[in-house]
Amino acid sequence: MRTKRASLLVTLLGLAGLCAAREAASYPHAFTPQQSKSEEELLTLPGELGRPGGRLVVSLRAEPKTLNPLTAVDAPSREVILGAMQADLVHINRATQLTEPALATSWRVSADYLQYTLTLRKGLRFSDGHPMDADDILFTFRVYLDENVHATQRDLLLIGGKPIAVRKVDALTLVFQLPQPYGVGERLFDGLAILPRHLLEKPYTEGKLAETWALSTPANLWAGLGPFRLKEYIPGQRLVLERNPYYWKQDGKGTRLPYLDELDFLFVPSSDAQVLRFQSGDTDVISRLSADNFFLLQRQQRGFTMADAGPGLEYNFVFFNLNDLGEKASSEMARKQKWFREVKFRQAVSLTVDREALVRLVYQGRGAALWGPVTPGNRRWLNTSVPHPARSLDQARRLLKEAGFSWTNASNGDSVLVDSGGKPVEFSILTSSSNADRTKMATLLQDDLKQLGMHVQVAPLEFRSLIERVTQTKEYDACLLGLVSFDADPNSDLNVWLSSGGTHLWNPSQAHPATTWEAEMDHLMEQQLSATTYEQRKKLYDRVQEILAENQPMIFLASPHILAGAKDTVGNFHAAVLEPYVLWNVEQLFQRDGAGSNSK
Amino acid sequence: MKLPSKLAKWLIALGLLHGAVICAGFFTPYDPGEQDRENTYQPPTHIHLVDSQGHFHIRPFFYRYLNREDFSEPPQEDTTKIIPLRFFAKGARYHLMGFIPLSLHLFCSDPGSGRIYLLGTDAYGRDQFSRILFGGQISLLTGLLGAFVTLLLGASIGTTAGYYGGWRDGLLMRLAELFVALPWLYLLFALRAFLPLAVSPLEAFLLVVVVVGTVGWARPARLIRGIVLSAKERDFVRAARGFGASNTYLLRRHILPETAGVLLTQAAILIPQFVLAEMTLSFLGLGVPEPLASWGNLLANLQQYSVLVSYWWMYLPALAIVPFFVGYLGLASALQEHANPHKIEVGVTGDTV
Repeated sequence: MRTKRASLLVTLLGLAGLCAAREAASYPHAFTPQQSKSEEELLTLPGELGRPGGRLVVSLRAEPKTLNPLTAVDAPSREVILGAMQADLVHINRATQLTEPALATSWRVSADYLQYTLTLRKGLRFSDGHPMDADDILFTFRVYLDENVHATQRDLLLIGGKPIAVRKVDALTLVFQLPQPYGVGERLFDGLAILPRHLLEKPYTEGKLAETWALSTPANLWAGLGPFRLKEYIPGQRLVLERNPYYWKQDGKGTRLPYLDELDFLFVPSSDAQVLRFQSGDTDVISRLSADNFFLLQRQQRGFTMADAGPGLEYNFVFFNLNDLGEKASSEMARKQKWFREVKFRQAVSLTVDREALVRLVYQGRGAALWGPVTPGNRRWLNTSVPHPARSLDQARRLLKEAGFSWTNASNGDSVLVDSGGKPVEFSILTSSSNADRTKMATLLQDDLKQLGMHVQVAPLEFRSLIERVTQTKEYDACLLGLVSFDADPNSDLNVWLSSGGTHLWNPSQAHPATTWEAEMDHLMEQQLSATTYEQRKKLYDRVQEILAENQPMIFLASPHILAGAKDTVGNFHAAVLEPYVLWNVEQLFQRDGAGSNSK
Repeated sequence: MKLPSKLAKWLIALGLLHGAVICAGFFTPYDPGEQDRENTYQPPTHIHLVDSQGHFHIRPFFYRYLNREDFSEPPQEDTTKIIPLRFFAKGARYHLMGFIPLSLHLFCSDPGSGRIYLLGTDAYGRDQFSRILFGGQISLLTGLLGAFVTLLLGASIGTTAGYYGGWRDGLLMRLAELFVALPWLYLLFALRAFLPLAVSPLEAFLLVVVVVGTVGWARPARLIRGIVLSAKERDFVRAARGFGASNTYLLRRHILPETAGVLLTQAAILIPQFVLAEMTLSFLGLGVPEPLASWGNLLANLQQYSVLVSYWWMYLPALAIVPFFVGYLGLASALQEHANPHKIEVGVTGDTV
């Protein structure tokens, strides 16, 4: 059995070599394709041994906009590119949330935390068979850091405003020079796709890099280091990926991964339609399930495995418009902002929110109440000493009274909260109309706040115009929104907590911190960026969480569990709390019966 | 004038139905916005006369549903505690017809003993029965006001076009054709984008009435024009004109009375149509906002697939409109028969347009 498999592998490699040789003729940088198997250094993954072959069908919310990692900003593109088509030097394991070797087998940090030395895996090849070496990595970082390319990754590679420098030591060793100490430097490499120099150098020198690798790219002009490579794209219907025969991982028995021959992404726009496709067997796995749909599928029990991975990294919150509107503000808005700026007002709102009911009604119990941005799913960074004050209307009323608010009786007998000027407290909360969960939260909040005598209106708005109002025109009172950290590390939310950040939602992109506590947060976040030990960083980030709890610029509400499902026939299905929730181990997923999905 | 019995029957039926909606506060046990967060998506409460031991009770009673840990399980009745129904009891405060403060309800249970949900509860634990009746106030009022606006517009435009004729006729009728051809639903989406962010429930309601009322005037206007055209050539009108009657007198005395039958029939047809229009708008989120209930936004819950397949009682608001529609359409045909007893098949206006 073992010899048979080995010989099969050799045949496969031989074939691959041939293909590569044929393709090499057409590229300017010719190379010698003969590389024996012994030079390859495959990464061996633990886990259930799978069965090679078969097809996995996944639904995608929208068509990816591009296959180019430089310009991919939309979630579907990122999911396809980073999840299945590309690989990074160092990878964050979505299940353990720790870094682990990927294209680099090891890394070394200098004592001053300024130098990272990465050793590359031997015998790496792009999905078209072209070998990958240190020059490709130099090229990749040159492109990422080139201002004219406008790569989305550029911001991540600037530390303290200065770029990272890369130097090649030998064909397999690279040194990354950081401008200032960075505590978790190796996490920077996660999600940074390595680009093939042999395909992209020409467009780069011609300045056409941003236009390359559109969805309609012919499969032979595309190459990556991920488990799957481009096969076919049918506009409006699906994107078909096929197995990358040069992938650099193997299972415990030496079978080269991925197991699956084909990975299909179906474009299914609404989450309800995705549930229907999954129910009818058109797709094999489903993620981002709402609690309602999760229970629906669980109730039916038709050969599905449903998984609750626990609280994810999504935090939902309400925030008030604390922008300095200057002369733009109407007198009405100025009056409202006077309430919103009053910390006791925000604390009173927070005390009134029935978080337990939010979790029960919105997430049917599959969620966690929140008092800070770090969810219980992120145990490593959660500050457990942040107080969780119980819901108390009396205390909320006392706070409001201290802040100069009072109550009068309206004509219909309801008690109405009025400010010191005698004006009733009325405001509206924006929510995204496409997100049923958040609209529901806002409706519950509306009812909670009615008990304080606040008159709240819920304004569901299309997501794009909502973001425009919050970050550009700033024409809103309050907004209910959620953010999903892409990593458990605090640095992934840097943009939210720094007062200069574009996602500092209540008052984005400030030139100078507007309040002393925002200045302190800026200071703490910058300090933790260069702190080198986990303990130091944790202490600093704990303080950030305390400041948020004291000042309530965001009133944190609840976090949903990550709910996913797969057909029973899908092997190695383990949902993770980080994106991509189900496809994070796509190279290890396999079809037990080999048949795959029945849709065509 | 004595009403024919057929007409009277329909009018009484409609009167009763509308009475139930107008006095929703009395007929329903709870406030329609009150959230019972412990009891979301409760199926309709069963009313019993015989308890779990087989004993007969004269006073109807019900059992509470046990709370579910797991939402995938169907709820069980808690048969240990009998909760008797109270009739004509005091309960939540409400304003009858919007201005008479009362707290008397046709039926409810003792406070704290468990709540009765005749038609189940929604995602927030609100009583569906109360919401359907209160929602009817908004939906029906939209229909009535919308029909009034439409007929007012239709009658004045139709009369002007028919009576004065000439370029006025041409202009108004081309305008009517334009209005018929307008994709008003899309227009409304566009209109909504220009409005301030959060419209108050009253503004939203008035907006719906105005929109529903103004888009529909073209058809009645054409009908009225036809009648006016034929009426102004009648001998008695010509005679009156010959005696020197003014235009105003002719319109008021001889021509407008001719259109009364059509206007009434049109009203009976338009009201249910406009109720349906309101439901469409609210269903799409353009009507009255939560937490107010209207038949359209009650049905909007069904946009979620999980609700659609899991909770059958969420369909019930759709059934609420059936008796109203039957009533109005019955009234319309009775009116038609009354106005023109010999030409039922042809229709009132079939020969004049």
